[in-house]
Amino acid sequence: MSKSGTDSSRSNRDSLLAEAGLDNRSVEDRTHDGAKLAVATGLTVGYSGTPVLAGVEFTIAPGITVGVLGPNGGGKTTLFRALLGRLSPLAGSLEVNASCSTVPQTDRSRLDYPVTCLDVARMGTLANLPWWRRPGRRERQVALEALDSVGMEALAGESYGELSGGQRQRVLIARALAARADLLLLDEPYSGLDTPSAERLDQLILDLAAEGRSIMIATHDVDQTMAWDRVLCLNREQIAWGRPGEVLDRSVLERTYGGQIVEIPGHPGEGVLPPHHHEHDHGG
Amino acid sequence: MPVIDVLLEPLSFGTTWRALIQITILGILGAMVSAWVVLYRLSYGAESLAHGMLPGLVLAALVGMPLLLGGLAGIVVAGILVAIAARMPLAETDTAVAVVVTTLFGVGILMALSPASPPGIGEFLFGNLLGTTEAGILISAVVATAVLAILWLLHHRLLAVGFDGDAGGFTRIPARLVEVTLLILVAVTILVSVQALGTLLVAALLVGPAATSRLVTRRLGPLLATSAAVAVLSGIGGIYASFYLKTAAGASVVILIAISFLMAAAWAAATDRRSIRADLTAASEG
Repeated sequence: MSKSGTDSSRSNRDSLLAEAGLDNRSVEDRTHDGAKLAVATGLTVGYSGTPVLAGVEFTIAPGITVGVLGPNGGGKTTLFRALLGRLSPLAGSLEVNASCSTVPQTDRSRLDYPVTCLDVARMGTLANLPWWRRPGRRERQVALEALDSVGMEALAGESYGELSGGQRQRVLIARALAARADLLLLDEPYSGLDTPSAERLDQLILDLAAEGRSIMIATHDVDQTMAWDRVLCLNREQIAWGRPGEVLDRSVLERTYGGQIVEIPGHPGEGVLPPHHHEHDHGG
Repeated sequence: MPVIDVLLEPLSFGTTWRALIQITILGILGAMVSAWVVLYRLSYGAESLAHGMLPGLVLAALVGMPLLLGGLAGIVVAGILVAIAARMPLAETDTAVAVVVTTLFGVGILMALSPASPPGIGEFLFGNLLGTTEAGILISAVVATAVLAILWLLHHRLLAVGFDGDAGGFTRIPARLVEVTLLILVAVTILVSVQALGTLLVAALLVGPAATSRLVTRRLGPLLATSAAVAVLSGIGGIYASFYLKTAAGASVVILIAISFLMAAAWAAATDRRSIRADLTAASEG
């Protein structure tokens, strides 16, 4: 999509959001240089005192997209749990100034569960209600608007289990939007999506970023990460943080993926087998 | 005999009236709880609690304690033992739970068959729906109102936690707390239903209605409504059946729930519910 197209959809969405009361700050406020949604400083996190991920150092400004690269067990999920406030730092600090929501993998969803798209989106509104309050008409409206901003309003009454994988992904994103999240944590959102669905998701992520939300996208796919504003490489410790074009080189990818073979972006078919992969096998 | 007389004749007995009111209350309560039991895949747990509480009930009868109190003690002990067994590394979880529950059940039967045991111990197994007292109805009504009010209040949080735990961090209360609350509501429902249906039959009320309605709908509203209809109609039908066929009331109710389930299963198999079956397969494989 062209830049002007993105801009017009941005202003449309802003007025929609302003009407909805979803976000009353202007784009300028949200994207001005001083704002920081999350700041990690020398962060170490882990479970029951055992570090799983160490040396994490980044600053997330509003409106940026961040690819989070790393192997299974590299610490992506642990970092997301820390951002959600469910894990306290073992060392260093993690400052989160945004409301954070995860968008789990759709293949973890129960398809035989009796919920509609609206039901799922409405679950997000619970985040802003005390436990004794049931979602009412206003929350229904918030959920419908969230579905609208992911292009799923027309299917609000459909059973979640009957949707395609890409549609389910968008409903789960709508749920995070209904929770008024400024920082969205997407866990492997592209797994199982066909090309049109993946392209739609790309566009949605860009639109959300244009609205001033920041999106962290956990993925295995190095190629895909090239498209985002920043990349965070994790393999039990932070390997790299920065613009993908600047930081993603052979050495970073080797250290990120340990003993696994990866392809260098722009050099399809060229496999890299890290020379010292045996040393990486027993890090913890 | 005209149909109207067939329907009215049992109503000339106070016993039938009380049983009908009781089974309607317990039917609605059981149906709503069963929906969550089935959605949270707690069928086996609910059955384990219902069967494992038998020693508590029998002990209460032996020492002359109120049955509700004995049942409460029995269900708490059963719950703790099942939880411990489920964590034992010695055997598969379901094997360990089965061993604990059958052991508890056996202990209950042994105590029930001891010479000191008062007569009518069969009531603990199969209940005594036709022996419902006005006090019994009052207790059920109060407990059912409380349980249904909590289910109504927590409805959306129960739905969210059942959907994907608290994966997104939305529910404001820990997922574990929601699950434990549901288990307590299940235990309370068992406790209040056990005098009418017994430890063996109460499990059917906590699983059957929703298991049946799940075969015919995948929408939550219709699921709850169908569950309530299955439970209440089976309840009323069972009491009429017991009146005319001289069958045991509680067992007749349970048989009718089972027949409803079989009819729903046949209907689901006969009509082409491809999407439901495909999804159920996908869900069980995933």
